[in-house]
Amino acid sequence: MAQNPNVIGGGRYTRMEASGDRRSFRGKVSAGSVLRRLWQYLGRNRFLLVLAIVLSISSSLLGLYGPKLSGQAINAIDVPAGQVDFPTVFRCAGLMVVFYLASGVLTYGLNIVMIYLSRRVARQMRHDVFENLTALPVKFFDDYQTGDIISVITYDVDTVNQSLSTDLLQLLQSVVTVVVSFFMMLSIAPKLVSIFLFTIPLTILFTRWLTRRVRPLFRRRSTKLGLLNGFVEEMLSGQKTIRVYGQEEAVLEKFDEKNQEAVDAYTIAEANGTITGPSVNFINNVSLALVCIFGSMLFLRGQVRLGDLSSFVQYSRKFSGPINEMANIIAELQSAFAAMERVFSLIDAEPEPADLPQAEVLDHVQGDVRLENVSFSYNPGQPIITDLSFHAKPGSLTAIVGPTGAGKTTIINLLMRFYDVDSGAVLVDGKDIRTLTRDSLRRAYSMVLQDTWLFHGTIFDNLAYGKPGATLEQVVAAAKSAHIHGYISRLPQGYDTVLSDNGTSISKGQKQLLTIARAMLLDAQMLILDEATSNVDTRTEQRIQAAMRRLMEGKTCFVIAHRLSTIRSADHILVLNQGQVVEQGTHEELMAKQGFYWELYQSQFENQAG
Amino acid sequence: MGRLEAYLKPYFGYIALTVTIKFLSAVAELLIPYLMEIILDEKVPAGDLGQIYIAGGWMLLCAVICLVLNIVANRMSAISSGKITRAIRHDLFFKLETLSARQLDHLTVSSAVSRLTSDTYNINQFIARIQRLGIRAPILLIGGIAMMVSMDPVLSLVLIALLPIIALVVYYVTKTSVPLYTQQQGVLDNMVRTIQENITGIRVIKALSKTDYEKRRFQSVNQELTQVDEKAGFVTALTNPSSTLVLNLGLTLVVIVGAFRVNSGAILSGVIVAFLQYFIMILNAMLGITRIFVMYSKGQASANRVADVLALEEDLAVLPGQPPQKDAPHIEFRNVSFSYTGKGAVLHNLSFSLNHGQTLGIIGPTGCGKTTIVNLLLRLYDPDAGEIRIDGQDIRTIAPEVLRSKFGVVFQNDFVTEGTISDNLRFFRPLSDEAIAAGATFAQADFVREKGMDAPVQVRGNNLSGGQKQRLLIGRALAGSPEILILDDASSALDYRTDAQLRKALYQNFQNTTTVVVAQRVSSLRHADLILVLSDGALLGAGTHEDLMRSCEEYRLIAQTQMGDGKEGA
Repeated sequence: MAQNPNVIGGGRYTRMEASGDRRSFRGKVSAGSVLRRLWQYLGRNRFLLVLAIVLSISSSLLGLYGPKLSGQAINAIDVPAGQVDFPTVFRCAGLMVVFYLASGVLTYGLNIVMIYLSRRVARQMRHDVFENLTALPVKFFDDYQTGDIISVITYDVDTVNQSLSTDLLQLLQSVVTVVVSFFMMLSIAPKLVSIFLFTIPLTILFTRWLTRRVRPLFRRRSTKLGLLNGFVEEMLSGQKTIRVYGQEEAVLEKFDEKNQEAVDAYTIAEANGTITGPSVNFINNVSLALVCIFGSMLFLRGQVRLGDLSSFVQYSRKFSGPINEMANIIAELQSAFAAMERVFSLIDAEPEPADLPQAEVLDHVQGDVRLENVSFSYNPGQPIITDLSFHAKPGSLTAIVGPTGAGKTTIINLLMRFYDVDSGAVLVDGKDIRTLTRDSLRRAYSMVLQDTWLFHGTIFDNLAYGKPGATLEQVVAAAKSAHIHGYISRLPQGYDTVLSDNGTSISKGQKQLLTIARAMLLDAQMLILDEATSNVDTRTEQRIQAAMRRLMEGKTCFVIAHRLSTIRSADHILVLNQGQVVEQGTHEELMAKQGFYWELYQSQFENQAG
Repeated sequence: MGRLEAYLKPYFGYIALTVTIKFLSAVAELLIPYLMEIILDEKVPAGDLGQIYIAGGWMLLCAVICLVLNIVANRMSAISSGKITRAIRHDLFFKLETLSARQLDHLTVSSAVSRLTSDTYNINQFIARIQRLGIRAPILLIGGIAMMVSMDPVLSLVLIALLPIIALVVYYVTKTSVPLYTQQQGVLDNMVRTIQENITGIRVIKALSKTDYEKRRFQSVNQELTQVDEKAGFVTALTNPSSTLVLNLGLTLVVIVGAFRVNSGAILSGVIVAFLQYFIMILNAMLGITRIFVMYSKGQASANRVADVLALEEDLAVLPGQPPQKDAPHIEFRNVSFSYTGKGAVLHNLSFSLNHGQTLGIIGPTGCGKTTIVNLLLRLYDPDAGEIRIDGQDIRTIAPEVLRSKFGVVFQNDFVTEGTISDNLRFFRPLSDEAIAAGATFAQADFVREKGMDAPVQVRGNNLSGGQKQRLLIGRALAGSPEILILDDASSALDYRTDAQLRKALYQNFQNTTTVVVAQRVSSLRHADLILVLSDGALLGAGTHEDLMRSCEEYRLIAQTQMGDGKEGA
């Protein structure tokens, strides 16, 4: 609705020209700060995090202790037939049962904790993204595809979620095993450990190299999926139009392009990401082979004993497994990183500037509205309004007229402070609206727009939306005034009928009547009507006139209309043309001028009569 | 995955190859510890350094083979899963595009979107991962069991007897978690819808200061999603520890039974030691297999959601019929009745006919069924009774592409896409630049000339005014030089002057086009050849402006309201 072509984000979010005609946003968030931010989320659940670490250390230690028990039992069995030390065997077996039960419980507990932790982080992230969405300026949503934004809250957050609950858990467990095994090996044969001095840095370097390579690929994967989502959301919203134009095939072709891009991005990220596992595995296998060869050489020189060599090899296998896992996990985490970048960049998108710290709450509204030397442009250098001043006294009616596309909605945007003026000031009851809280300012208006908005919920909820706690009687009364009660009561569920998002069976005119009924329930002191009845038939419109007049009574009203009687009865008329206020005054004054308004009036009247 | 099997079929060979490569790499990987055992157990005691080098060399070779094969197989799995997903998405999108209005209303756009992206994504991941992880674990499991059986069948029986218990656990988890994941995706639909509504309604929400309310609304769906996600997580998290526990308890049993067998001299204690080694292998394999089932649960839930949509029956099937008749009226409604819900008819027994080049006007109070007539004519819905004919053919017998190629349509609140002005005028059709420019000119869209054809149009046309959007949409309809033009309240946001100019342009340049105009203003349709006056789905009057002014009270009232001297509506 805002008349702002070619807007390029000036905020902290950036646009990316991703596939020619469509944009997606992505973060300019550094790896370090992504980690730091993630840490903040984890830190909020410090207790769970500590519990997870304790549980994972204890379950891993138990894991290393288990084989000792079975070893003892076997020692008791490792005797000639008939001499087995059954008491020891049973004691060990008993301990094993206890121990395995404990380990099982611990592991499940750990899983639960990690699920709690990751779901909480995910919930918090979704919450934060949404929180910021509600604070973003209207402009943001004029710039980005709904589906792309949805993709961040659903797909990207879920990627982080999955990654935390599975990868982080394995990472924790692996670390413990690696550290313990390392010390075991060190105690057995320090010389052989030197082989790992070579292979471990190699693993680290390799993983780092691959990570750098893979990160942008995962980023691309997230972005492309977001674009696909954006495209799908848009096209399915227009499905009916596409069908009646018979353009399913053409749209499908476009879809195929996006689909191909998304799939390619996925495949490339996946193909490269999955190099890590086999590669690290390879390094481990090589080190195992080297351990064998050098170990054998040492043994032949009499520097290690065979038993030690054997257990060293066992430990080094135990050691390499988790390292392998860790490398894999780090590769997996890349997708989570890419997802987090998008999540954080949406959380960071510049919100509407906060209310001033000393901002006043606007109450006991008189409805005295004054614009003083207001200039405004959506894009620097393309002024929409220059030096506009007018005064709307309490209870007065200001009509905003002009040919379509003249920028009438801009004035509404400024009054409601969806956008801030470039210079000059908008005053309500003598107070600059920038010194008021947005909430109280906007609450002082009721608004009925040409673009009706109803949400998935019952008719009652939709009508009572602006007035929590409204009774059924009040709602019915409003619906009656708006002449929509008859329609509602004919529905099988009446006021409990759920409006679904497509709502084919409800016409646009009916939607407008519903939004008028919604506005009638509000008791704001100022009223904005933006072609509020454009799709309502004239007879119905006439029938709701009385109610409309009652609605407008005593309120400061701003009306965008193309019907003459409204305009003629206005106390003040603003005439806009091509984004400029060309004339203002009362009907009589403007007619006397014989200027643009006069011309407009003449032509309209002519046509109506003819 | 069963219901989507057809999509896997073309890739069976390729997947088999991937799995085979994965199998070979698993063999190479298993050879490494085997070679290591040989070195430590045979070569080292023999003290032959040369032999040690040779065996070591083999180990390195196996490592290289394993590396190469794994990378290749992983790549292949990414490729095949991507191609399968692309095909599924392609069909799913096409299906969604061609769903009837009724079906899409029922499914909801938000659910359609999440099925198309989130669910297909889950499927993609499942197919890729199952190929990468699906072969190793079963090989290790079967190999491990085979080795154990060959060593001591009696002891092996102890472990094998436990496998059904694990199978039961896995069965339970899968059975419980598939519905949970399905539920989760359902809640996700709600979340998507909530976000969607908040974005499209941003101005109203801010104006009514309902931000906190919306936050709470989101919070509750967020909470619900978290809960069902947790629940699914808790169930699937059972698999791993419980199967480990069962196997470990089995191991304890092995030690005890083994002790008796050693004591009776049936086996040597070394067998138990070896058993323990293989046991670890089996345990890992088991864990791998249970992980596959967890992935399966999620993949299955998503696959079902996708398959459900794909399985939707064609709602508006094309019936066999006869060729068009020459002398028949262009458009004819015969005793048409219709309701959206099946209860309380929106249209009762409506009949009218219209010849080529004529104009039909429809007028009546809000919600009286004007748009319904348009919806029926376009066959977005089928009538409950009666029939609609174009050139004498029942429209149910006309192929949809043929039927729709006849129309140029502008709906109320119609669809503006993000892109450029020319994108919106052309609307994917192969129209020439001249055609779309002409369309814009006829539609009185002078802003097109000012801004240029390549001027950007924002999401939902947010940088255009209501009137500009309407003219853009009318331009779109006219650019295709349609046989039938439908304007459903398409000029409500236009000022009278522009509206009049538009009517003039239509009159002069679209003489042969049959036109259906739904309007609130008498001036928009007073020149129509036939005007229908509707009220609550019933026909109050039909005829020309003059006829109706004489005969139809309702029409006269409407006309007087609008044209009476100085008494126009506000």
